[in-house]
Amino acid sequence: MTKRVPPRTTVVVVGAGHSGLAVSQRLGAEGIDHVMLERGEVAHSWRTQRWDSLRLLTPGWMNRLPGLPEPVLGPADDDEFLTAAQVASLVTGYADTISAPVHENVGVERVSPTDDGYLVETSTGPWSAENVVLATGSVRGVTPALAADLPPGLPSVHAIDYRRPSQLPPGGVLVVGAAASGVQIAAELQASGRQVTLAVGEHVRAPRRYRGRDIFAWIDAAGVLDERWDEVEDVVRARRLSSFQLVGGTETLDLNTLQEAGVRVVGKLAGLREGTALFSGSLTNMAALADLKLNRLLNTIDETVGGTGERPEPTRVPAPVLSASLTSGEIRSVVWATGIKPDHSFLDADVFDHKGAIRHDGGVTGPAGLYVTGLPVLRRRRSTYIDGARADSADLVSHLTRRLADPTRRTAG
Amino acid sequence: MTETTVDNGVNVEALLGARAALQESPEAAKFTWRATNTWLKGTHSRSKVEGFFGLGEEQETGRSFESEGDHPPQFAAENQGPTPVESVLTALGGCLTAGVAAVAQQRGIQLNSVTATIEGDHDIRGILGADADVRNGFTGVRVNYSIDADASPEDIEALVAQSQKRSAVFDILTNPTAVEVSVS
Repeated sequence: MTKRVPPRTTVVVVGAGHSGLAVSQRLGAEGIDHVMLERGEVAHSWRTQRWDSLRLLTPGWMNRLPGLPEPVLGPADDDEFLTAAQVASLVTGYADTISAPVHENVGVERVSPTDDGYLVETSTGPWSAENVVLATGSVRGVTPALAADLPPGLPSVHAIDYRRPSQLPPGGVLVVGAAASGVQIAAELQASGRQVTLAVGEHVRAPRRYRGRDIFAWIDAAGVLDERWDEVEDVVRARRLSSFQLVGGTETLDLNTLQEAGVRVVGKLAGLREGTALFSGSLTNMAALADLKLNRLLNTIDETVGGTGERPEPTRVPAPVLSASLTSGEIRSVVWATGIKPDHSFLDADVFDHKGAIRHDGGVTGPAGLYVTGLPVLRRRRSTYIDGARADSADLVSHLTRRLADPTRRTAG
Repeated sequence: MTETTVDNGVNVEALLGARAALQESPEAAKFTWRATNTWLKGTHSRSKVEGFFGLGEEQETGRSFESEGDHPPQFAAENQGPTPVESVLTALGGCLTAGVAAVAQQRGIQLNSVTATIEGDHDIRGILGADADVRNGFTGVRVNYSIDADASPEDIEALVAQSQKRSAVFDILTNPTAVEVSVS
């Protein structure tokens, strides 16, 4: 058997979503040789891991990408919220515009350090690269350990695999988690005629509109999104904070509006015992924390831009419901809206913390030439959104360029 | 940001240092607290706490605290100590107030006085076996804080909210815990 010598490139970018493509655009502008490896098509997760009715949380003007003419979708007050399909088109068009060197349908199976960089083993053969940028995004649905205790036969689906109400049997649904996904799916399922029980832990409440503008226009104006990862008081916490309780559009979606629509709001799912879901008695405090945090955000906006706006009504906390039967027929299915995480399991390097997350300092990992991007609060709060890719890609490619210019760096042997 | 003038008597630096250290060595964070309880007479018993396990080893710190438990005359008992359910309320108050002090220190808020009233509603038909549909434990717990501090009402509310978020006893009361009782 002849052993093929892996083709060599300066940078392999794993993942051709908006983050990876933004890096590619910057590398191209610097004249740095690179290839992009994509498990499916460009914008794969936007095509395959989003529900039908989903719209971006962020308005169109926050879809700025390096090398694309601005504004992509009108000025700040022209609030258009793309559907997942439109995001896929936007990202695909972007890949074409910047002539990104994307190799589609290439599954990366292993990335490991070598004497001269990294060996990237894929479903279509290996690559050798001096640098690797991981831009695979958050593609793995996370469920709590207690999910294993669901009664056998009770259908359950993670938000990442949820598409539309008809996917679930008729009857009541328990939606676990009240971040953006949870509240949006809860509203859609309730509107489909199913009685929704929404289990609510810690959450981040925000009004869709404030003082006549979209909330993101204010958050952007107040500089909140540009707070750096190394200046945030507790970056670990900032990175694991759940997404804003928001839906794309002009309507506020929070625990009050959900209750008005008939959704039954209960505490965090704390246990499953003998076919009964047990809910935490902490709901009052979870609502209080979210209301206090919401008011702090609006105060920050007012202090920065001047003037004051109306404060939303405090969260109405219903009489406590501490359990629900999962076997009586009251609840016929469960939706886990309990978060998504990256999957870097293909990475064979000593870079993971004890919880299995990749260690990095603003996207720069320990081993030289290994970068990660497209993660929440990677280098700034804006990193959490598509709009973060502009500055993050500039910073990381600048780091990478300096490394390549350093004569003492490890070179190809 | 912490102002150096604030002193609630909580060494926040040490706590933050411990937090940072334990994030890297989760095994050391595994503690086992323990108490012994000895029956005296009637519903009167004495509990004792001494050492505990933590930071990877047995901690014998010369601690020894005793507390008594009994029931009031209305339960045909001799009133030698608080009832165990009252001890749960004092545990909750002790935990939340410690949290208020620690969070206030970290946030640079000087506390002048902190008082909590903790009430547990209890339908005792459960424990008496008078109605199988009534649970044994509290049907609800209310805590009211009266706090004098150099801070806005909203900042004080946030202290109390954050204390609940980080409280062990609040968690123990609001979430189910597996309990195993054996006889040796």
